[in-house]
Amino acid sequence: MLSNFFVQLMNGIALGSTYALIALGYTMVYGIILLINFAHGEIFMSGAFVGLILVTVFHVHIIIAFLGAMLFCMIMGVIIEKIAYKPLRRSTRLAALISAIGVSIFLSNLANLIFGANPTSYPPTKEILFPVKSFELFAGAQVTNLQILIIATSAILMIILQYFIKNTRIGKAMRATSQDYDTAALMGINVNKIISYTFAIGSSLAAAGGVLVGIYFGVVKYNMGTLVGLKAFTAAVLGGIGSIPGAMFGGIALGIGEMFAVAIGLSSYRDAIAFGILIIVLLVKPTGLFGTEIQKKV
Amino acid sequence: MLNIENIDVNYGAIRALVQVSLEVNEGEIVALIGANGAGKSTTLRSISGLVKPQSGKIIFEGKEIHNFPPHKVVEIGISQVPEGRRVFPLMTVLENLELGAFSRKDRAGIKEDINNIFLRFPRLEERKQQPAGTLSGGEQQMLAIGRALMSRPKLLLMDEPSMGLAPMLVQEIFNIVKEINQTGTTILLVEQNARMALSIANRAYVLETGSLAMSGSAKELAENEEVQKAYLGH
Ligand SMILES: Nc1ncnc2c1ncn2[C@@H]1O[C@H](COP(=O)(O)OP(=O)(O)OP(=O)(O)O)[C@@H](O)[C@H]1O
Ligand SMILES: [Mg+2]
Repeated sequence: MLSNFFVQLMNGIALGSTYALIALGYTMVYGIILLINFAHGEIFMSGAFVGLILVTVFHVHIIIAFLGAMLFCMIMGVIIEKIAYKPLRRSTRLAALISAIGVSIFLSNLANLIFGANPTSYPPTKEILFPVKSFELFAGAQVTNLQILIIATSAILMIILQYFIKNTRIGKAMRATSQDYDTAALMGINVNKIISYTFAIGSSLAAAGGVLVGIYFGVVKYNMGTLVGLKAFTAAVLGGIGSIPGAMFGGIALGIGEMFAVAIGLSSYRDAIAFGILIIVLLVKPTGLFGTEIQKKV
Repeated sequence: MLNIENIDVNYGAIRALVQVSLEVNEGEIVALIGANGAGKSTTLRSISGLVKPQSGKIIFEGKEIHNFPPHKVVEIGISQVPEGRRVFPLMTVLENLELGAFSRKDRAGIKEDINNIFLRFPRLEERKQQPAGTLSGGEQQMLAIGRALMSRPKLLLMDEPSMGLAPMLVQEIFNIVKEINQTGTTILLVEQNARMALSIANRAYVLETGSLAMSGSAKELAENEEVQKAYLGH
């Protein structure tokens, strides 16, 4: 019983940390331009495929593939913002939202065209990384080296992000812009540049999540961004959209919740858990757990 | 130093400014007064590049700046204390001041300026690690002023710095405005408190529903009957 609990907990944290990586992109972009970037799930999907191609076609090491996918999606995210959102900056929020949905549909159809409708396998973990082994931490508490790798990688990325946001010049400018867009501009901050940085960082984290999910679950598919994207969005809302620690917490909480739902025999409802949470949060506390109610002035 | 020539600003169908022209000379304090909705903030926002005039010119030190993005306007030496203070509420007092110096690279100079601001506003130093949102209204106004000074502006735009403050603090704010001017910063001051504004300004303009109604030396305007009736409560 206890051992099962621990296994599910570890599963949940590993899954949840990938949700957290993706949720960060939603929350950062929303924090700055109040846009729910519906294409973000497709950036995650693109990251997963770019990582796969780099490993299987270009035969690079998985670490290089991981970084390559992050770089690719970083550029992709910046370009998407410039083409699809920036021209609509002064239009209604609905216009930008519709544009985001358009980009999302375009990207998943493009992936369908290139990679087909069937799932594509990631190379086995033992070929690209190491043979997956279980460790016993204490009586019955099992954890695999792959889970540790996924949790540790996500944690490192989130610590770097947190440091960047808190201490660097650009990070401070990002926080200022998310608190008060116009006043940030009055400080001499080039807000267009800050928006590009935000998309770059959010998209590269989603790509990291994509490669990790590919390794963890072993398959990737053109439409994988839709469901995971919605779940990560839920995680962002749960934590309080716009809040970075909130997205981290929300992602992990959602991952754990989902795995426990599976554990108690609700596996056919596992995807419904996320949307149940989304609805409850929106009804009960729309600002989420870590959300603040500072007035947005855009 | 600053010349605004016949600018029009529309927000959709709303005509906020119609053919407004004004001039600020180096070293002056120029007051811009007018009722609610007259277009005072819009004038400052156009100078700062936050809104683009549909027509007309804004010229600063001989350069046309009406197409500059806001951060470029700061770089050439114009900063603004926005209406309602607008400090970054979740960032500390110190971070707010550092952000005011965003356009600068000289670390030593920035540090020195922060110290000078702390000398002028000791209450800010005591609270430097505190989120700006937890400061009182008066302290937030001091912070907003200090923050705007951090870019070492040649021209400082101030939008109703006395708004919502107790009478004693209002007096203090106006003293600070005078002091800043005496240390060599030119000031364009928007105020609803016309009496105070006219008492420290060299010249003034009166805006009425988007157009200039009057202009002249502060003394002249303070003695003008219409101004007294409409803005000084005589
Ligand atoms: N973002 C906006 N969208 C639409 N209309 C606006 C906007 N900002 C200002 N206005 C309108 O433009 C006109 C001028 O506004 P402005 O804020 O410049 O006035 P003000 O003189 O600063 O007034 P106050 O003393 O109340 O601050 C007003 O009629 C206002 O309703
Ligand atoms: Mg105003």
